[in-house]
This record gives sequence, structure tokens and C-alpha cells, in this order.
Amino acid sequence: MTTAPLLQVRRLCTEFVTPSARLPVLDNVEFDVNEGEILGIVGESGSGKTVTALSVTKLLPAAGRVVGGEVLFRGRNLLALSDRQMNKIRGEQISMVFQNPRASLNPLLPVGVTLEQVLRAHRGLHGEEARRISFELLADVGLPDPARVLRRYPHELSGGMCQRMMIALALASGPSLLIADEPTTALDVTIQFQIISLLKRLREEHGLTLILITHNLGVVAELCDRVIVMYAGSIVEEGPALEIFDRPRHPYTLGLLASRPRVGPNGSLAGIPGQVPDLRDRPPACPFHPRCKYEQDVCHEQAPVLEQASPGHRVSCHFWREIV
Amino acid sequence: MTPVLETRGLKKVYPLRSGLFTHANLVAAEDVSISIPRGETLALVGETGSGKSTVGKCVLRLEEPTDGEVLLEGKPITGLKASEMRALRRELQMVYQDPLDSLNPRHRVGELVAEPLWLHGIAPKRGVRSEVERLFGTVGLGPHHVDRLPHQLSGGQQQRVGIARALATSPKLVVLDEPTSALDVSVQAQIINLLRRLQAERELAFLFISHDLAVVSLLAHSVAVMYLGQIVEAGPKSDVLERPFHPYTQALISSAPVEHPTEVKERIAMRGEPTSPVDPPAHCRLVPRCPFAKPICSQVPAELVEVVPGRSTRCVRFQREHRNGEWTPAPERAADVVVDLPELVPAPIVDPQP
Repeated sequence: MTTAPLLQVRRLCTEFVTPSARLPVLDNVEFDVNEGEILGIVGESGSGKTVTALSVTKLLPAAGRVVGGEVLFRGRNLLALSDRQMNKIRGEQISMVFQNPRASLNPLLPVGVTLEQVLRAHRGLHGEEARRISFELLADVGLPDPARVLRRYPHELSGGMCQRMMIALALASGPSLLIADEPTTALDVTIQFQIISLLKRLREEHGLTLILITHNLGVVAELCDRVIVMYAGSIVEEGPALEIFDRPRHPYTLGLLASRPRVGPNGSLAGIPGQVPDLRDRPPACPFHPRCKYEQDVCHEQAPVLEQASPGHRVSCHFWREIV
Repeated sequence: MTPVLETRGLKKVYPLRSGLFTHANLVAAEDVSISIPRGETLALVGETGSGKSTVGKCVLRLEEPTDGEVLLEGKPITGLKASEMRALRRELQMVYQDPLDSLNPRHRVGELVAEPLWLHGIAPKRGVRSEVERLFGTVGLGPHHVDRLPHQLSGGQQQRVGIARALATSPKLVVLDEPTSALDVSVQAQIINLLRRLQAERELAFLFISHDLAVVSLLAHSVAVMYLGQIVEAGPKSDVLERPFHPYTQALISSAPVEHPTEVKERIAMRGEPTSPVDPPAHCRLVPRCPFAKPICSQVPAELVEVVPGRSTRCVRFQREHRNGEWTPAPERAADVVVDLPELVPAPIVDPQP
């Protein structure tokens, strides 16, 4: 198949400006998202996974700015668009779902009114028709009794219901790309499972294209076709989900997989020594070298580049060949 | 041997006033009886609103229990006056979920660890610094960390400070309230290993409050699962995790994400949304969400039944009078319990659709 990817991110660099310094947050981030796939972006705090999403959608906070690269959505560079054009894209083509669903809904409006506003603004729907589509959307995300739910305010809904509502809002404009930033992190595990099932079903029934940002490798194992692993603002590894789980090539990915507590045998956990680096003091060259057990002189001096380890599997480590 | 901590029928009710004449009671915890021997960890597991943190606070008497008893090494502490309690605080310490929130931002972390030392008169004034450095060493921090402010440390280091502060008084019991859930995975592993080492070295008893069964399986010796204020299942860790009796425990275990993309897991999903803990019914509180619920479940009170020695569950199916007869022979191990009632086979539940 040779269809062009839906989204192509090229050499994306973002920095945050503070009164005392300019802090690089993203360092030459490059990846594609194909139509109909679920791409996971995995990393710990400060890895740049959320900033990547905010850079792509041009929703960076005031202190942040993209200083280089391209974001091609269906071949159009989003970074070159005006705010007005971008608003249209965000409403109609790209939607986002955030971690804390209740904080992302307007607390002063019944959720049904918020939903109607979206339908009016982006699809020009009014009255009966808007209501009919609202009911369909709620059914799609598994919210029972839509007439009652639509009259509720966000604080009257449980966390799981709020997140379903957020997903309904995100789908309301019929987007071709959904970006979900830690959509299940704030939820209890039984509710998390319901939301994962919902996203699976939406993908099967509607061919949803999804970028899923998470720190939870279990959620990745449940949902993702491909995975990008980020560390301190760089992509350190990228590949099909199975490859990443079965044949990880980057020491950080290996460490993450070994750090997962599991139900079962009672050994001690491997973990990764040291701390997740702070933005203000990102290690030079390979950002992972202070915590890496394969670290050698070259890792301090020269930044590794993403190399292809096998088709579709890229890794950024000087010693990936030695890691099995 | 007397357990370090025991609670008997612990209950905490928060009265709510919604109108002039209408009263409602939020039952945060009810009929909670637990016991932790020296050197062991009991994990209280449950989701938001299950009452697990309330139990932790009642144990430390940061909240006054409405009813029931808390015993420290066999001595009741529920009736003690504040002054008597103060002396006992040495034995009872707590580590909180959010390490930054629980450290005073204006104090150097060394001072925060020194505070319990001089409050309880543990170290002579001149010896405090060296004692703090020793404690820092125990939790994997260096002497150069002593003079830092909390925000100058990473999340994992902050949590190490929290642990050092809890250890300063050489307590017998430490209540750990979700101590790793705010941390990154790679750092969480370090803290789990640290807690395991400290427990082995000092024979500490831990009351470990968590929603994460995987972390629980690494730290706990025994597990009590809570749902809406009640213990619904309790027993040795591996027993409960490998052979859960209660539908809620089964759902919790089966809701956890798979570990590998090719793993296929048998799933038992809870229906609907969590129920409110305000004026809960006398019968089983899981009824509205339970995929196995049958009419009897909302007709009789659900009691915690000891199914095999040391292993109890609060599900009508395990109450003898509602089974078809007694267990013969009486099971001695969890593995001998036959859970073969046809209703226990759930309908395959995909994502609930209206």
C-alpha cells in the first residue's frame, strides 16, 4: 500500500522560554501516523509526549513555541496556517481528549448544551437534527439514557461518564484524527477497562485513527498498533507494538518493560537507576546515558540518530546492535 | 504473637446535612477488621471511594472512628487522650501519596526529617545532623541532599525523604497511602524495592493502601479488598490474587490491562458506574454493578464469611444458608473451594451499550 500517511511530523523542535533561559523540549521529533491505526506515544514525565501533541495541534501554552520542523496533515503544513485556518482543522479534522475529563468540560453548562454548540459550530446542525445526532453520539460512546445524561452538568457525572462525554464531543465533528492524552489515567481500573473497550470498538466500527499518549505500557499492549518511546524530548525507539514488546532495542525501553510491576512471581523489580531528567538540565549527547548500563564514552560526546533496526523499527542508540 | 495492629469492627460515618430535616449518612467505612503481624504488609485495595484511606486515617487517629476499636500491640488506642496519643505517635507513621504536597515547601528536607527526631527527643541536639544523614543513607539519598528544598528534588527523591521522615522515630507500623502512584514507572520500581528492603531490615509492619494490584502483589503478605466502605474479600496475597472468590475482586484483577499485545485475558467487567456511599443498602453493595447478581443478593444482608481458615469473602454465594447445603468436607485450602454455581459464569461483557 502506498497511500500517504495522514499525519507526517518532520524534525519538530519546540522550546519553552523562561525569563532566564530557552529550554529545548522537543528535539527533532519525526514520525508518521497512518490512516486507521492507533499509534501509542509512551514516556515518563518530561519526556515530551504531551508537548508533541500540543505542538501538532498548535495548542502550546504561551511560553512554548515551535522553532523548527513541519507538521503535514494530509500534505498541508499545519505550522504555516493562520489561527483561523487552524481552528477549523482542530474542530473538524483533529480532535483531542485530555487526561482530566471533568476539567475539560464547561462546568456551567449541561453537557448536552456543550455538545450542541460543537455540532452547530462545526457541522451546522440545529434543533431536532442536532438532538438526533447527539443521541447517536452518546449511544456510540456507551452512555445510557441520553435524554437524561444530556441535561446533566459535568459535576453530576462520574469520572468514567465524563470521559465518555469528552470522547463524544471529540467525535462530534467527525474528525479524521483523534489525539487522546492519558485518557484513562485519572480513572479507576474497572472504568479504565470500559474506556479501553470503547476505543477498541470505535476503531473497529468507525476506523478511528488515534494517537494515544500514555505512560502505561499495559494500555499500549491493549490498544496500539505501533509505538513511539520518548525520553527527554527525543524519540528513542519506534516500531510495531509487538516488536517493541518482544524485541526492544533501546536500553530505556528495556528498562521501562522491566520496571512494570506484575501480578505474579515475587522477585525484586529491575527499575532504572537514577531520576527522570529535568528539562533544565537535559544530559548532553544521548539524554539517557546517565542512567544507562550500556553507557560508554561515545554516549557523552555524540548524540545517536534514529537508525533502522528492522523494517518499521527504528532505534536511537549507539549500541542497539548489542542489545538483544 | 500479638499483631502490631488490629482493628475490630471499625466504622466511620460522615453525617451529611442536605436540608433542615433531611439527614443522610455517608458510610466511608464499616465493619473493618484487619490485623497485621510484625514484619508483614497488609494491602488495603480498592477504587476511589472504597474507604481505604479512611481506614488508614482512623488507624492513626487522624480521623476519629465512629465505632469499633484500634489496637496497637494489643492495647486499645481508640479511647486515648491527645496527650497520651502523642507519645504513641512514635510507633505510628505515615507516608503520603503526593510527596511534594506532604513536604513543607519552605523547609530544607533535612529539617523535615530532623523535626520528628527532636519532637520525640530521639537524638541529642548535636547528634541530629548525623542522625539525619544516616537516615538519608538508609533511603538512598546522599548527605548533599540534606540542605535542599523539596522542589529541588525529583519525585522519587521527595518520596525517599517522606520515607526517611516516617522512619525517623523507628515506628512499628507505617501506613503507606498510595506511596508510588504519583511516581514514574522506572522510579516506582526503586521505591518498591526500597520499601521491601526496609521492611526486611527493620521488621516493620506496613498498612499499604493502593488501587494497583500489581504493586500490591510485590509488597503485600495479605490483602483486603474494599468496596464502598466494606471489606469484600480478605486473605493471603497469592490466594486472593490467584483464586479470587468475590466478583468484585475478580473484576479488579481482570480489568487490569494485558501485559503483552498478544495476551488474551478472560474479562469480567463491572456494569455501569460506581454507586454512591450515601445511605448504602444493608444488602450487598455491589448488586447494581455485579454481572452475577441474582434476586437473593438484594434480599438478605451480605456478611463477611470465613470460607477457609484465614480467607473470607462477603458474597451471598458463600453464605452457607444460601448454598445448597454445607460444604462436605469442609474445605481447608482455598484451592479446595468449589465455585461451581452456574451463575458464576458471567455473560461475555463487551463495552456496555445502551
